[in-house]
Amino acid sequence: MSTQARPAPTQESSGGPALLEARGVTMRFGGLTAVSSVDLEVRQGEIVGLIGPNGAGKTTFFNCLTGMYQPTSGTVVYKGATLSSKPYLVTSAGIARTFQNIRLFPNMTALENVMVGRHSRTSVGILSAIGRGPKYRREERESDERGRELLAFVGMDGTADMLAKNLPYGDQRRLEIARALASDPGLLLLDEPTAGMNPQETREASVLVRKIRELGIAVVVIEHDMRFIFGLCDRVAVLVRGQKLVEGTPDVVQSDERVIAAYIGEPAAPDSPEETLS
Amino acid sequence: MSTATAPALGATSRSGVLDRVDARVQAAVPDRLARPVVAVAALATAASAFLAWAYSGSFPGNLTVYGYPGGAQVYVVVLAALTAVVAVVGPTPAGRRFLPAGTTGAVRVLSFGTVAIVLFTVAAIAVEGGGLVWVVWGGFLAVVLALLLLAAGRALRPDERRFRPGVHPAPVEFVVIGLVLGAALFAFVEALAIAEPPVFAAYAIAVATGVVAASRVGWGRVIGAMSGRHSGVTVTAAFLMAAAFPFTQGADNRWLNVAANIGIFATVAIGLNIVVGLAGLLDLGYIAFLGVGAYVGALLSGAAASTIGWHPPFLVIMLLGAASSALFGIIIGAPTLRLRGDYLAIVTLGFGEIFRITVNNLDGSSGPKITNGPNGIPGVPDLKMFGFDFGQPHTIFGVELGYFANYFFFELLLMVFVVIVFVRANASRIGRAWVAIREDETAAAAMGINTVRLKLLAFAGGATLAGMVGTVQAHVTSSVTPDQYQFINSAFLLAAVVLGGMGRVQGALLGSVLLLLLPEKFRFFADKQLLFFGLALVLMMRFRPEGLIPNARRAREFHEHDDEADALGAPPGAPVAHATKVDRL
Repeated sequence: MSTQARPAPTQESSGGPALLEARGVTMRFGGLTAVSSVDLEVRQGEIVGLIGPNGAGKTTFFNCLTGMYQPTSGTVVYKGATLSSKPYLVTSAGIARTFQNIRLFPNMTALENVMVGRHSRTSVGILSAIGRGPKYRREERESDERGRELLAFVGMDGTADMLAKNLPYGDQRRLEIARALASDPGLLLLDEPTAGMNPQETREASVLVRKIRELGIAVVVIEHDMRFIFGLCDRVAVLVRGQKLVEGTPDVVQSDERVIAAYIGEPAAPDSPEETLS
Repeated sequence: MSTATAPALGATSRSGVLDRVDARVQAAVPDRLARPVVAVAALATAASAFLAWAYSGSFPGNLTVYGYPGGAQVYVVVLAALTAVVAVVGPTPAGRRFLPAGTTGAVRVLSFGTVAIVLFTVAAIAVEGGGLVWVVWGGFLAVVLALLLLAAGRALRPDERRFRPGVHPAPVEFVVIGLVLGAALFAFVEALAIAEPPVFAAYAIAVATGVVAASRVGWGRVIGAMSGRHSGVTVTAAFLMAAAFPFTQGADNRWLNVAANIGIFATVAIGLNIVVGLAGLLDLGYIAFLGVGAYVGALLSGAAASTIGWHPPFLVIMLLGAASSALFGIIIGAPTLRLRGDYLAIVTLGFGEIFRITVNNLDGSSGPKITNGPNGIPGVPDLKMFGFDFGQPHTIFGVELGYFANYFFFELLLMVFVVIVFVRANASRIGRAWVAIREDETAAAAMGINTVRLKLLAFAGGATLAGMVGTVQAHVTSSVTPDQYQFINSAFLLAAVVLGGMGRVQGALLGSVLLLLLPEKFRFFADKQLLFFGLALVLMMRFRPEGLIPNARRAREFHEHDDEADALGAPPGAPVAHATKVDRL
């Protein structure tokens, strides 16, 4: 299990059994309902977009999926098993994520960052590490190789020994993805992967996401860049004020009046709701 | 006449005043004359040390004699002569080869050290005698000449030479490593041999100056690269040097006793370094774990005052001490490690005190009679292992060694063990997970790290090592009392780690040596120790927050704009890029 290879590419990108099934996920903070009864289904090898105005609860929903928040109600089932609300167990179950505001380990090298991502796929204990047993050496070698491989995969060869915080912004974003991929996930959650990127970098990011899908990894991506989302995703879900407004193919979502209204606002609405969640 | 900042000097944030001085001096002294002027000033300063400086012969080293430098004057002669040599040799082919990073920085450092010693000595003569009248004209002349030397040093053009340390044949590099370590041992033994505090102070300044100057000419990076290539050899050689130390002391127990205490302290500091330096858990009650081990060691030692009659072999005691301490660590850690940062510090501080107060009260009147309360357990007998009596002097290689040498050797073995644990844990997924937790706990959890469990592992692991060392400490100090495990000792341990450089073995070692040795050398320190200590820490945080021997990662963290930020190469006065990281500890 520790040497698990990349998941084999799937032949079909939709229509298969659900990889992730979120049912009625609700998250309340005191009197504030950040996410209200959201359902989401992700199939293997699918790219699902999650969009919505600022404060719609997208990141909160991600946090519910990854165990960082315990949802007030609702269940999240991954590969047929209900997910725990402990982030590290979610990661070992096969869901990896990146963060909206880059959260690398700034004073570790790029390679070390990726190797940390291997943590849930390695198992050597402290005693074996101190004794430098054969298992330790094997795992270390594999983590190292896999780390370099992933750095190359996201297009960061040659940066292995650089401190994460000294990397250019775009590389930091890519490093976060490499680190997340290191845990051999079946589902990758990307939280605004192109925030702050220029158009060129954004294009590269969408190529990268497609490459990830080719590995058979399903991707859920939060993004504000509509061109990025609609050009990339198989399905898009729109979250507004904690509720799922629409879900469907990019074409459907793009032409939905409610979505346009949610983004631009309805001209005649007497009390247009202000988005206050962060 | 450009006064462009010199990256190699780390002078990017130099004060404007100094820049103006440099500009003036460099305008006054033409480039080609600068080095000869420095050399002349240096030789003159050296010569002035041959004059009498004091009227009273009571000042250590007898500075009343003409033509024969004594005490601190010797160091003035040495430093000044070195300044002259470095200044002259610098531009020659040999200088370019052997002083690859340039010599201006070294000249300035050396002349600064010279001035410091001269001023300190003259001031000490005046204070000791009761006025400047006790200073002979030779002393004043030395001050003037040394200041001239300092000014002349500013006339040199800043270093610009960048270099890459070359690779030499392995035997050559081994010899260099050996020589450096041998020199360190020699300097250390020499330091111990100097009895008079003022002379020792001058010596300390001289050694520090020499070390900094050596790093400025590029030797720090050269040696750092060599020891990096042969880390195994370096570590082994360092321990051999440490093991050679008792042979320099022979049957004299005075410094062997101190060395035995340093050995304990340093080993515990390395253990604490796992908790603080790697996992980033600020543990202010670490000394309690040493205490648990020490009490286990004392209670089972067969001491008359012990309340437990059972006296197993020492190795068993050691394991029991480690196990009890680990248990204590888990009991404390399990509920508290959910806290972060400052809260954890406060809770560990509290638990450390709870340990001391509990031990104080297990005296038969406030609680069950186990620890004899404040009286502690005196008369812990000397260790006996496999028929080897640690309480007797032994003759090894024809040298009779005081009995503290036995403990010292044993501690070295223990230290090797702790260092191996530290280094190997650090280079594994466990170590990476610890550092990840230190860097960003939330992200670490999201990467599949069971943060509570790994923090507990670091905490309990550190406790285990401290408990193990504690059982030895009980025998070294021969009595165990609650007072030995006060909060202030935790602070001292932490200070040794921070002072030396967090997350690095050498740092904790150096910090321990300095913290335990200086009070021994300066007895007047004893009552003002904490004052100096606080001052030193504040200065450290301002000027070198990464510690004296930072690990490469932290050096880069604090001096990321500094090209020279390697282990020894970063100058002590280097600008601080991001001091804010410090408060996260």
